[in-house]
Amino acid sequence: MNVISNKWIGQRTIRPDGADKVTGRAAYSADTTMPGLIWGKVLRSPHAHARIRSIDTSKAEALPGVKAVVTAKDIVDFPLDKPVMLGIQDMRWMCRNVMAREKALFHGHPVAAVAATSERIAQEACRLIEVDYEVLPHVIEIEDALKPDAPILHDFIKFDGKPSNIAGKLEHKLGDVDAGFAEADVIVERSFTTRPVHQGYIEPHSCLVSVSGDGKATIWSSSQGQFMVRAMTSLLTGIPQSDIRAFPAEIGGGFGGKTIIYLEPLAVVLSKKSGRPVKMTMTREEVFRASGPTSGSMSTVKIGATKDGRIVAAKGVFYLQAGALPGSPIRGAAGCAFAPYNIPNVHSLGFDVVSNRSKVAAYRAPGAPIGAYAAECVMDELAEALKMDPLELRLRNAAKEGTKAAHGPVFPRIGYEETIRAAMEHPHYSAPLGPNQGRGVASGFWFNAGGESSAQVNITEDGNVVVTTGHPDIGGSRASIANITAELLGIDYRKVSVLIGDTATIGYSNLTGGSRVLFASAMVVTQSTEKVIKTLCERAAKIWKIDPEAVEWEDGEARPAGDNAGKFPALSLAELAARATETGGPIGAGVQANTTGAEGGFATHICDVEVDRELGIVRVLRYTSFQDVGRAVHPSYVEGQMQGGAAQGIGWALSEEYLYDKQGRVDNASFLDYRMPVCSDLPMLDTVMIEVPNPKHPQGVRGVGEVPLVPPLAAVANAVYAALGHRFDSLPMSPPKVLAALEPAEA
Amino acid sequence: MTDIRYLAPRTLDEAVGAFAAAAGAARILAGGTDLLVQMRAGVLRPGLIVDIKKIPEMTSIEETADGGFRIGAAVSGAALADHPKFGQVWPGVLEAVNLIGSTQVQGRASPGGNLCNGSPAGDSVPAMIAAGAIVTVQGPNGRRRMPVEAVPAGPGRTTLAPGEILVSFELPPRPAGSGDAYLRMIPRTEMDIAVVGCGVSLTLQDGVCTAARVGLGAVAPTVLLVEDAAKALIGSKLDDAALEAAAAACRAVCRPINDKRGTIVYRTKVAGVLLKRAAGIAAERAGRA
Ligand SMILES: Cc1cc2nc3c(=O)[nH]c(=O)nc-3n(C[C@H](O)[C@H](O)[C@H](O)COP(=O)(O)OP(=O)(O)OC[C@H]3O[C@@H](n4cnc5c(N)ncnc54)[C@H](O)[C@@H]3O)c2cc1C
Repeated sequence: MNVISNKWIGQRTIRPDGADKVTGRAAYSADTTMPGLIWGKVLRSPHAHARIRSIDTSKAEALPGVKAVVTAKDIVDFPLDKPVMLGIQDMRWMCRNVMAREKALFHGHPVAAVAATSERIAQEACRLIEVDYEVLPHVIEIEDALKPDAPILHDFIKFDGKPSNIAGKLEHKLGDVDAGFAEADVIVERSFTTRPVHQGYIEPHSCLVSVSGDGKATIWSSSQGQFMVRAMTSLLTGIPQSDIRAFPAEIGGGFGGKTIIYLEPLAVVLSKKSGRPVKMTMTREEVFRASGPTSGSMSTVKIGATKDGRIVAAKGVFYLQAGALPGSPIRGAAGCAFAPYNIPNVHSLGFDVVSNRSKVAAYRAPGAPIGAYAAECVMDELAEALKMDPLELRLRNAAKEGTKAAHGPVFPRIGYEETIRAAMEHPHYSAPLGPNQGRGVASGFWFNAGGESSAQVNITEDGNVVVTTGHPDIGGSRASIANITAELLGIDYRKVSVLIGDTATIGYSNLTGGSRVLFASAMVVTQSTEKVIKTLCERAAKIWKIDPEAVEWEDGEARPAGDNAGKFPALSLAELAARATETGGPIGAGVQANTTGAEGGFATHICDVEVDRELGIVRVLRYTSFQDVGRAVHPSYVEGQMQGGAAQGIGWALSEEYLYDKQGRVDNASFLDYRMPVCSDLPMLDTVMIEVPNPKHPQGVRGVGEVPLVPPLAAVANAVYAALGHRFDSLPMSPPKVLAALEPAEA
Repeated sequence: MTDIRYLAPRTLDEAVGAFAAAAGAARILAGGTDLLVQMRAGVLRPGLIVDIKKIPEMTSIEETADGGFRIGAAVSGAALADHPKFGQVWPGVLEAVNLIGSTQVQGRASPGGNLCNGSPAGDSVPAMIAAGAIVTVQGPNGRRRMPVEAVPAGPGRTTLAPGEILVSFELPPRPAGSGDAYLRMIPRTEMDIAVVGCGVSLTLQDGVCTAARVGLGAVAPTVLLVEDAAKALIGSKLDDAALEAAAAACRAVCRPINDKRGTIVYRTKVAGVLLKRAAGIAAERAGRA
């Protein structure tokens, strides 16, 4: 890691996108408009599971105002027998998710789409489409999907040689668990369930697409990756990537849910057919019914320790709901559950289970909160059985530099221990509690990620700086990049303008996901800026007619390096920019790289709750997150990530869940009855940032966006246990459930 | 895809005339916080909307000569909160009306709309019932008065005849030593629909409860007046036994459904809990030592 001064890194500078956002000027995907645009609407399956015998669109097409209709035959088919991967997504499933092919697999599954001159006509035309369904028995919950007589969603999926709803399996093994458990003095084993929860982004999915006469498509949409939009749309429509230009709109939240697309390929086909720009926007109800939540789960965790609190073995079995098509985040559950600990013997197993609900999408640290919920509740019980402070138990077993994790890596320098110590020493941990109040703790791990990023750093003619990267900014990455660039160049951050390029103006950049963006983009921006500085020194050398090696860059200006170099008045960035033409032309540099060295992130959370024993209401009174954030390049947005994760985790633990009716339809597809916490439900969420710089990153950056959602489920559950002496092994701990548990006789 | 006509008459007679003439195709618009939401969801498609907010009688709050209040049906929650005296006399009714929605919703939402929307979970209704409010309605056949509990007829339905408009609520004068309170159970702290709502109004004399009324919401197809709960309180010193008896009376009248917002068991249990808590607050407000 470079040792650098800290003039801008670590400062709470004003975010470049701030003014536009608070004044309502920022252009989100639904804000773009075009002359002549028409409206697209999706017809969705009214059944949870049905074979599509035929679709007759003739009446819809005949309706005045209707300009185009799309069904599955307009979308590129990916045959079932051959996987085609795009990142973690298999196009066999994506093509069937954006438009049902053989079968409608969940209530809300798209079966056709229409574009018309008004939204109302498009809606009306959807009603005129005749779909002949053969309704099939459906299955919603995991336990039902695993039963021997369960309706099978996909007859091509086999498990142990038989048709099954288990679509995949993943296994991590370290040491010998049986031998490990034989050594244990205390063993705790418990089973848990969690419900699918939605990311709850405020901005619904939306896009505007224009396909010109020569077949070139332009897409304006908000997503977690304009290059993902381009690639997936290309695969699903057959248009080459070079003929698709995807513009990243400002994004109103994604949390992983916008790492895949729903509308863009439909809009492209509709626009191509109609010759008009097409706009499509989901309603909130469509977002809930048909965009991916994260998995619900069923899991069993067993941990054994010796009397002195040394964990000798851990076993976890995690069944995760994939929704209607394979691909649940079993890797996150099975891989992250035990990663905070140095355990010699681990066996962690994940199963991917399909059922008739919308296909899951990523949600912050996909799968990891599910694994951590089970593992961290068992850790709590283990500490109690050992009569040991729960943080002390974690500290004794904490993973550190050199620890081999069951999912593969040997950890380099990590800051997990520091998070536990900080929690133990924090006044929150020893603050007194009142009646019906309880305190819980939990830890969590997330892999973090590197991957492909591109950046371009240009010096403007007047000596300012424009940085372009290829990642949608969801968590404040533009502000952080401005800080880093200003730091490296030794100039005021207000001289740096940070933009997000579209797919035609910046090189390929992978998704904003996996907590990778600042890690990766800071790397390529640093390298680009270093190149720019080298060029600036060369230009100064040219002007001074000295060797470029004899010029150094300091405080935003070129200076002769030492007395031997000669005596020249320093040249500022503005002066060098003004003389760029005569010294060799425009000054700028771009770097594209596949970044590596993203190291894991760890956090420990403390949660206090109070339970109203008569109403079953659990309120969070105090919450503090301790996280190894590597380097907080812009502390406000790191804290924001930590607070946001805690808020989402509290909702997951206490109130959020999908409710289905007997026909397999979501019964609470609105923010009224899908209960995400509102502001007044939460206390101030306190944060303690611990900086253990990532040795493999120029600024020491570690991903910070996902770890914050890993510990809260267990932290809240452990707090409720402390308050009530009753352990809830299923989420959410909603009032009726809590009350029933407190007075089981009457329930 | 028919057009919607919109009228905003200045007098009640005009409103009743237009409303009655449209024969079922029309809807009254007060704050619109239910109506517009239902229209947007496609549940309702009225041919005519009659906005009653331009009619002075519908949006005014008056203190009557005997010390009671007359509240126009379309008065917004925010306007009621701004009244210098109402909240001091009827804190429970005011808190119930003000619980509806958020600050934005409060600027529009009215107690008349809350009642006429016919939801068993309407927050102001149990408090109005507990307060003993009398409503005035006007229709093609003139005016009539009835107790507020006579208005709800079932989920989304009222006993108002075709063409009838709810004009106002009258709240009686308060004897000394009176207090009221409204509590609701919602899983969140705001922006939610009552799983159970309970309004209690009572009068204490030398520590003894001399009058009481109890309204209970979201536990039956309509908001209920729970007379047995009132009887259990009247004559008592609101001791534990009396409160438990009143709670039991509340539980006994519950005929809730299992739905996404609560189970039968849960709602029934909570009805009793809220009765006790609301009675406690009302008693405090009545000046119990
Ligand atoms: C975000 C949000 C939050 C909400 N939160 C709550 C809550 O916490 N608690 C709660 O109880 N409700 C809540 N509601 C529902 C709604 O706000 C209330 O029911 C409100 O009191 C309705 O009043 P209004 O004046 O807006 O009624 P409107 O929508 O104008 O009317 C409601 C119905 O009554 C009819 N009507 C209105 N006035 C009359 C009249 N004078 N005569 C005859 N018929 C009439 C209308 O035709 C319509 O059918 C919420 C709504 C929203 C949008």
